[in-house]
Amino acid sequence: MSMATGNKKTRIIAIASGKGGTGKTTVAVNLAMTATVPVRLLDCDVEEPNCHLFVKPVIHKKSDVCVLVPEVDESLCNVCGECADFCRFGAIVSLKTKPLVFPDLCHGCGGCFHVCSREAIREVPYEVGVIESGMCGKNSQILFAQGRLNVGRAKSPPIIRQLKRELPGQSDPPARQGIITIIDAPPGTSCPFVSAVSGCDLVLLVTEPTPFGLHDMKLAVESLKQLALPVGAVINRVAGGSEIITQYCQSEKIPVYLEIPDDRRIAEAYSCGRIVTDAVADSKGLFERLWAAIP
Amino acid sequence: MKVVVTAQGRKADSEIDERFGRCGYLLFYDTDTGDFAAHENSKNLNAAQGAGIQTAAAVSRLGAEYVITGHCGPKAFAVLQSANIKVIVGVTGKADKAIAELTAGKLREVAQSDVDGHWK
Repeated sequence: MSMATGNKKTRIIAIASGKGGTGKTTVAVNLAMTATVPVRLLDCDVEEPNCHLFVKPVIHKKSDVCVLVPEVDESLCNVCGECADFCRFGAIVSLKTKPLVFPDLCHGCGGCFHVCSREAIREVPYEVGVIESGMCGKNSQILFAQGRLNVGRAKSPPIIRQLKRELPGQSDPPARQGIITIIDAPPGTSCPFVSAVSGCDLVLLVTEPTPFGLHDMKLAVESLKQLALPVGAVINRVAGGSEIITQYCQSEKIPVYLEIPDDRRIAEAYSCGRIVTDAVADSKGLFERLWAAIP
Repeated sequence: MKVVVTAQGRKADSEIDERFGRCGYLLFYDTDTGDFAAHENSKNLNAAQGAGIQTAAAVSRLGAEYVITGHCGPKAFAVLQSANIKVIVGVTGKADKAIAELTAGKLREVAQSDVDGHWK
């Protein structure tokens, strides 16, 4: 398998889906654990990261993620209301009194800071989440990192972008440059999903052969067309036919890289936080095939 | 006394809308002059987020001293408070009836929001 995985064009793979609960995490962690090349696993499902339950990482480093939000200095503010008029997210309200700031609504664009003629606004950090990184795998061979959105916070994209900013770059030693990154993306097709898949070389859409699986896969495919990202499909829980998905994939020219059978042992392994390839002896070939299929 | 009632319709005797930020209409009453005006709240009703804050700002722009509604969350309450608008929650039934009750001194303002924000 080392030949098959060693000369890949794909450096960053996002595991995504429209529908939740199709098996993104299962595919991501098993892909990471069966890799024969250096890999990094990023859990970008920051609203409820769960890869750690399976790969049981040793966390070496934790860092807070902050966004910059406005703070108004009352002594300088002349209550002109320019900041509130400018904010398209309604994060600042000015009622001929000191402007009120709602950090949860702020997208951190910095516009209010720029339009204030009195320099009464400064940008202050507002904690939204945390990034934890470390190692996992049988020989601690896998670099691991996950983001976690703080309880009560509403916006996850800044955390996802921060997580991905730590991807290896050109200046890294060759060993790091050769690394393949596996991203476990959040479900859905909204901003968190877009933040997770942007810049990836391949998006693996995990789906299931049901009308619901097809419906939400279509939403994801349409979004990925807008982003001009290459797509491949993994069909999970296949029992008695997968035509509902394969016919759609054919019409959209989406390659189906793997079908995972509907196997109770896989579900049981998942429910115990076990890696499928450890728990189900004949399943290792599944993920080896997936590695071989990835361009 | 200038009062805004959140309502489901544009008439003076419309049912109160118990949602503050996403109410259908803001009914403005001036109990001293008898003036009445209905203002659509559709823009805030359909906002992705921040509906309460923007509706509170709209109530303030109408010059209200009191607002009568069903429920008011913490963000909307903060805006109303900063505009010195007294907030009366938990009112149901017809809007004009609530106005009569307020002028009769039967309604009391609250000192804080009565429900949690939607993200907490």
